[in-house]
Order: sequence, then C-alpha cells, then structure tokens
Amino acid sequence: MIGSVSSITYESVASVLQVLLIVVLGPLLVGFMAKVKARAEGRIGAPVTQVLRDLRKLLTKERLHARHASVVLALAPLVIVGATTVAVAISPLVTTRPLLGQSADILVIVYLLLTGSVASALAGLDAGTAFGGMGSSRAMTIGALSEPALLVAVIALSIQSGTSNLPGIVSATMNHPDWVSGPSRLLALVALVIVVIAETGRLPVDNPSTHLELTMIHEAMVLEYAGPELALVTLGAAMRLGLLFALISNLFFPWGIARNFSYVALLVGSAALVAKTIVIALGIALVEIRSAKLRLFRLPELLAGGFVLSVLAVITGLVTR
Amino acid sequence: MTLLLWGLACCALAAAAASLPSTYRLGVTTTLGAVGCALALGASLDTLLRGSVATVHTARLLPMFGLTLSLDPLGALFVLAAAFVGFACCIYCVGYARDEMRSRSALALLMTFIFALLAVPIAASIVSFLFSWELMAVSSMLLILTDQRHSRDARSASLWYGVMTQLGAASILLGFLLLTTHGGGQSFADLRHHASMLSPTLRSFAFALTLLGFASKAGAVPLHVWLPKAHPEAPSPVSALMSSAMVALGVYGIIRVGVDLLGGGTVWWWVAVASFGAVSALYGALHATTATDVKRLLAYSTIDILGLVLVGVGAAGALVDTGHLGVGELALTAALLLVLAHAGFKGALFLAAGSVERSTGTRNLDRLGGLIHTMPFTAGMFALGACSIMAVPTLSGFSSEWLLLQGLLHGFRDQSTPTLIVMLAGVVALALTGGLTAVAFVKAFGIGFLGQARSRGALDSFDAPPTMKVAMAILVVPSFVIGLVPGLVVPLVERAARVGQAPIPSSPVLHGIGLGLSHFRGAIEPTVLLVAFVVVILLLLAFSRGLANRKARRVDAWGCGRDVQTSRMQYTATSFAEPLQRVFSDVLRPQTDVEVTHVAESRYYEQSLRYRNRVSDALEQHGYRPLIDATLSIGRAARRLQNGSVHRYLAFGFVALLVVLVVLA
Repeated sequence: MIGSVSSITYESVASVLQVLLIVVLGPLLVGFMAKVKARAEGRIGAPVTQVLRDLRKLLTKERLHARHASVVLALAPLVIVGATTVAVAISPLVTTRPLLGQSADILVIVYLLLTGSVASALAGLDAGTAFGGMGSSRAMTIGALSEPALLVAVIALSIQSGTSNLPGIVSATMNHPDWVSGPSRLLALVALVIVVIAETGRLPVDNPSTHLELTMIHEAMVLEYAGPELALVTLGAAMRLGLLFALISNLFFPWGIARNFSYVALLVGSAALVAKTIVIALGIALVEIRSAKLRLFRLPELLAGGFVLSVLAVITGLVTR
Repeated sequence: MTLLLWGLACCALAAAAASLPSTYRLGVTTTLGAVGCALALGASLDTLLRGSVATVHTARLLPMFGLTLSLDPLGALFVLAAAFVGFACCIYCVGYARDEMRSRSALALLMTFIFALLAVPIAASIVSFLFSWELMAVSSMLLILTDQRHSRDARSASLWYGVMTQLGAASILLGFLLLTTHGGGQSFADLRHHASMLSPTLRSFAFALTLLGFASKAGAVPLHVWLPKAHPEAPSPVSALMSSAMVALGVYGIIRVGVDLLGGGTVWWWVAVASFGAVSALYGALHATTATDVKRLLAYSTIDILGLVLVGVGAAGALVDTGHLGVGELALTAALLLVLAHAGFKGALFLAAGSVERSTGTRNLDRLGGLIHTMPFTAGMFALGACSIMAVPTLSGFSSEWLLLQGLLHGFRDQSTPTLIVMLAGVVALALTGGLTAVAFVKAFGIGFLGQARSRGALDSFDAPPTMKVAMAILVVPSFVIGLVPGLVVPLVERAARVGQAPIPSSPVLHGIGLGLSHFRGAIEPTVLLVAFVVVILLLLAFSRGLANRKARRVDAWGCGRDVQTSRMQYTATSFAEPLQRVFSDVLRPQTDVEVTHVAESRYYEQSLRYRNRVSDALEQHGYRPLIDATLSIGRAARRLQNGSVHRYLAFGFVALLVVLVVLA
C-alpha cells in the first residue's frame, strides 16, 4: 500500500499535524466569525487573517508586567497554551489514531481545559486590580456550570460506546452510523453547543468584541497582558475554540476522519475537519448576529439548561438502549 | 503486626513524655510520635504489599473482654493514611507549637489522638473498636479547645462536635449490640461468621444504625454540622489529622461493617450510602465556594471529597450486589485511592493554612492577599495541594477521580433501576463538584496568596520555619506519586478493596506505570502527558525569543484612568463568590444587610454604608436549630415538675409505681 507507515511515525505525524492545523485554524475561525458578523451588519470588516497578524505583531513586542504581579502572571500563558496543545495533540481531530490517543479520555480533555481556565483566572487575580478579579470571578462562575455539562454530555456518548476514550467513541460512532440520529445524541449535541458557546466566550454569554469594562468577562481577566504573553493567551483562547468546534464535529459527525495508516487519509481528514469547523463557525456566527448579550445573572439559567439537557441525554440513552 | 504494636507503644510513650519538663517536652514527644508513626507506616505498607492478615488477642489490657487487634489490608490502608499524616504533623508541631500547643495537656492529647487513629482500623472486636473510637472522639474534642480555649466559637464548636460524635457512637453501639445479641461473640470474626444466619431485616436495621454513626463521622450531609465548626477552630495539625485521617475512618466503618462483617446486604443499603455521598459532595462543594474563612473552606471541601468517596463505596456495594464483581472492585479501589489522595493533599492544605494563620493572625481570606511575595514556600505548597484537589491532570486528585468515573461509567452496564440511579447520581455529583471545587480553590489561592495585601498582618507576614516546611513538603509527595505513577499504588489499594469480597479471577485494573482497564477500553498515562506538556512549553520558549530572554518591565496595572490603585479596590473572597452565591441562593440562603446612614443635613447624601453578608449553614439554621430549641423548651417545661417539695416527689414515686403495676398486670 502506498503511503503506509509504521504506527508510531504515523501517530506522531498525525498529532503534529493536528496541533499545527488548530494553531492556524483556531485564529482563522475567530477571524472568519468576525468577518461573517461584519458582512451581515453591512460592513466590510477586518480580513480573516487579522488575528494571525495581530499575533505575529504581539510576539515581537516588549513584555510588560503589572507592579504587584507575581510569577503566576508569567507562567499562566505557558500553562494555558501548553495544556490546550496537549489536549489538541491527543484528541481525535484529523485521525482516530493520534499519538497518546489511548490517554485521550474525556476526563483528561475536560480537566486539561479546566487547567487552562484556572491558570487564566489566577492570572486575572494576580495583579490585584478590580477588573482582573471581576473577569476571573465571572469566568470561573460560568466555567463551574458549563464544564460539568460538557463532561456529562460526552458521558452520554460514552455509555453508548462503552468507553470514555474519545478516539474510542469516534470509532464506535463510525461503526454504528445509526447512532448519530438517536434522541440521546441530539440532546447531547444541543447541550454541547451551549457549552461551547459559553466556553469560547461567544454571544450571548460573552461579547468577544467588547472592551466596555462592566460587560467584559474573558477580556477583563486578561487585561493585564501585553506583548508576547498576550499573544499566547489569545492563541490559547483561539485554540480552545478550534478544539471544541473540532470535537463537536467529530463526536457527532465523524465522517472523513482518518482511520488507516496513510497520508492520503490524513489529508482527507484535515480537509474534512476544516470544512466541518467552518460550518459550525458559520452557524455560531449567525446565532451571534441575532442575539444580544444576556445579563450575567440570566446566564446560569442558560447553562443550567445545558446541564439538564446533558443529564437528560444520559437518561434517554439508558432508556432507549 | 509486631511493628505496628511497637508503633502504638511509641505513640503511647510520646503521650506520657508530654509530662517532661518544658525544656525537653516538645522535642522528646514529637520525636517519639514521629518514630511511632514511621513504624506504623512501615507495618501498614508491609501488610498492603503482602496482603497478609495478623491477629493479636490479649486478655490483660482491658478488663472483662480483653483487646483483639487485627491488621488486614483494608485496615492497613487507613493506618497508612493516619500514620503518614501523623508523621508529618509531629514534625510540623516542632515549628508550629506556640504557648498553648506546647502545654502538657495539648501534646499528650495530640499523641493520644494519633494513637487512637492508628488503633481504630486494627480493632477487631466490638469493645476494642468502641474503646479506640471513643478515645479518638474525646481526645480530638478536647484538642479543639487547646488553641483558643477562651474563644466562644471554639467552645461552641467543641460542644457541637462532642454531641454529634457521642450520638453517632451511641448509634454505632446500638447497631453492634443488635448484631452481637443475635450472633454469638463480640469479636469481628464471630460477627462475620454469624452474620449470614441473621434475618435480613435485623441485618438491615443494624447496618442502618451503624451507617448513621459512621456517616456522621464522615461528614455526610445532613449529619455534617459539626465538621465545618470543628475543623477551623482546632489547631492546624489537628485539623489536618481530623480531615485526612479521622473523617476517613467513617468510610472505613461503613466498609468494615457493610461489606466485611455483614457481607454486602441488599442493594438499597448502597443506594443510601451513595445518596448520602452525592448530596454531601454537592452541598460541600457549594459551601466551599462561598466560605471566606480558609479553614472553613477546606472543611467544606472535605465534606465534598468524602461525599465522592461515599459515592464510590455505594456504587461498589450496589454493583457487587447485582453481580458485577469486577466493576464493583474498580469503584471501591477508586474510592480508597481517593481516601489516600485526600489524606495527602488535604493534610498539606491544612498545614499551609496553619502556616498562614500563624504568620498573619487571621484565616479570613478577605483580610489576606499578596502572600506569595512574603511566604513563597507556603504559597507553593498550597498551590500544589489546590491543584491536586482541583484534579489537574498528573496530580493525585485526577488519577483517583478518573478511576471513580470509570467505575461509574461501566456500572451503567447493569440494567437494574437502583444501580442506575446510583451511577447517575454519582456522575452528576462528580461533574458538578469538579467545576465548583475549581471556583473554591481559585478563590482560596487567588485571593489569599495573589494580588496585594489587604491587611497589616498580611503585609508583615513571614514564611514558615524549616520543620513546618518539611512537613508540608512531605504531605505533597503523595500528590505526585498517586498522580504520576498511579499504576504502582493501585495494586496496594486493590488488596484493601478485596477484603470481604468474593475472589474474582482477574484484576479490573491493569498495572503499569499509568492506569488502564483490563476489560474495557480506557487508560491514562500521566507521566507521558507530563512529558508532552513539558516538551510543548520548552518548544514555546525556544521559538519565541520575546518570552524567554527579555526580563519583563514593571508598569502600573491598568486603572481605567485612575492613578492610584489601592488594595481595597481588589476583588475579595466575598465578591469573587458573589455570582455563584446568587445563582445558588435557594440552597445557600445567604443573609445580606445593607445599612445606610444619612448625613444629618440631607437625606440625599450618605455618611456611611455598611454591607454585611453571611452564609451560614442553612441545614443548621433550619434543621438543627428548631430541634435544639424544642429540646430546650421541653427541658424548661420539665423543670416545673421540680419545686423542692418532698411530698410532690413522693407523689411522683407513687404514681409511677402504680403505672408500672398496671402495665405489668
């Protein structure tokens, strides 16, 4: 077979490909969504590559730290990008056989993302300002309600597949195409969409383009960052968005993902991933155009709704099996 | 076993050594205590490695019944936790001990407490068990008073704890009495032997009685009220021992009686245990997010973690009862691993909190801040403990919660409704507490140790002396061991989880460096994940010269146009938790007052504004208070019966005699 390779080389290549893809794709998706919104509002908008350009510029700038900040402020960006990158590398995004794929348990992914959230919340508190604390408090409140929903929604899929290993779930779904339209999956999908909107800070949970102090969540938390560290924090957030979009698409619509050891399959898998995430980004951007930001204290209702849906997904899955 | 007896003897000797003159007292007592704990540690590890059982009976030490002691793997696991934390606490005490803690009574009580903690898991008869159980309860109750014997809160905490623990002990005693009157002897071996001949109703009744006592010790909601009072008021090494070792003995009791002595019982027992667990986990996690006293926060998080342990125990019992032995063992192993992990990180957190209290004079997060600059070592240890409890991958909380999730997930294979309810409640509790715990500990570390100092005490704080640092460092070690190489620890825990179970052909967990499941697809390799993480960070530093080389320039924080940023402008612990407090106000029932004083000339101008916010335990306010008030009013009413007149008392005696005669006739 042409392009057939040994498993460890293949897995490493696949993981590096996934990381590179998400590093580029994440910021592009953010730019794409901004572009869609701008066009829908009748503006031309910044180019799709604007976020990548910003990153390049920020990386060459000087590092600035707030006066009362400790080592946490400097470590947090590394932890955020490090944890997200590990999560991206081991998840089934382009292929069902990434490096360390046997460790790609849903709990690992959720807690790697949580580690990133915790690091950014601590960084927000580090400078000892009002805005940082406000952002951290709000981000942690939202995270405390959305991450359980993420976990339970994927557990609904795990019960059906008999494993909480993400590549395992994706492979099982590929083998049973009839599962995709089950009621449990639909509920879990809706729950996950709510979670992803909350986790990536999109409307109606957080407005990514606001810089009005009282309405910021993520932006308030990272207000003290500048230069290369701001670049890392922004990149981390964009990668998180890319990862979550990619996970949704592969857990529910796994078609196109590479399952055998060949570079052609990897190419097809990457193309499918790009196509699927663009569709999701378009969908979320269209939702954003039509919705206003919710009041902070109305958010728990939305998130609790997401959590209840995910629990319902588990129960429905148990009843209908 | 001999080693453990020597260890116990050392602890007893240490308690006696507390009567030495003050120049040697602290040194001799803590050294003897540490040696005793080290011996017990060795003995328990040896038992866990070999899976052996050793029994000693002596008729001399306790009149009439004698003492029966037996060291089996299940007991050894709890001895291990107690001895490990006890060892660290003995070292910690050298630096920590202030005037109160140096006193004869305090040191003697501390050593007695450690002695009792080591004795409870090896007691193998009803009398030995209750003797050591009560020794543990009384010594810890008095220890709460040593640090602040004049403070009202400490006295109230001690009283609450005393009443709750004695009620619990009475309930356990009743349960044991039921078993022994129908089942021959009073040793655990006799009980085990006769348990199968008892009627199911009697067994369930006895289990329910002991469950109430043990669940109260394990801090299960609604029997938890003593715990968030007692833990904060006790001196920090005592809090560490109570939270890591004593509270876990409640779980030990449930496993020993339910699984080992009574052989499993029915699935409804375990539904009860798991419901206790799920409710406690959520209630504890929720209260931990709003607590502003750092030790109270840790106490509530103990309720949360012990709740998860009970979920694991309940799930295991239910699965074994429905015939899923492998998955059942998996869940019990996970619960016991969580006990060990919790002993390490919660001990470290309490010791770090003690170091903060010692140097700043307060436990109130709203008055701390910026401690990472003045006490970096304590801050580092607190951060590691917090990361473990938040289940950051590659640390101990994560490995044990992963194993617990696997137990619950594969428990869904069972078709019976009670088991499914247990599993669902467990998954929901595990998921929700994960998020809430993160809020609580981001708050504890971020508000307490980062930012700017909020009080004079925090500004002038200083780091702990070397002995305290060593003790904290010792307790952080298990976080890495269980976190990075769980595959080496799990075989030992599995031996403990097999006590009283039917032997199964193959172990449900694969033993490597990481963890893997034998019969299902699922594995984690924390070491490899850590290597991957480090490689990514090194690559980042290598590729971005801006990050690696240049030293950051210090500038003022963004002040929205204001020049001066004071520490009062920061978020506090109360404000940090305010959004969640609002979301869950139905459960937390916060009491908020706003008091506005107007200027005398005009009511449009305000002179001062006071905002008060208090989250007290709603269950205590609405569940226990009415009960206490009712008891008090009955007592007051009964007082009217006594007016000092001898005639009246004679009349009472006569009436009572008549009633008895009528009833008997």
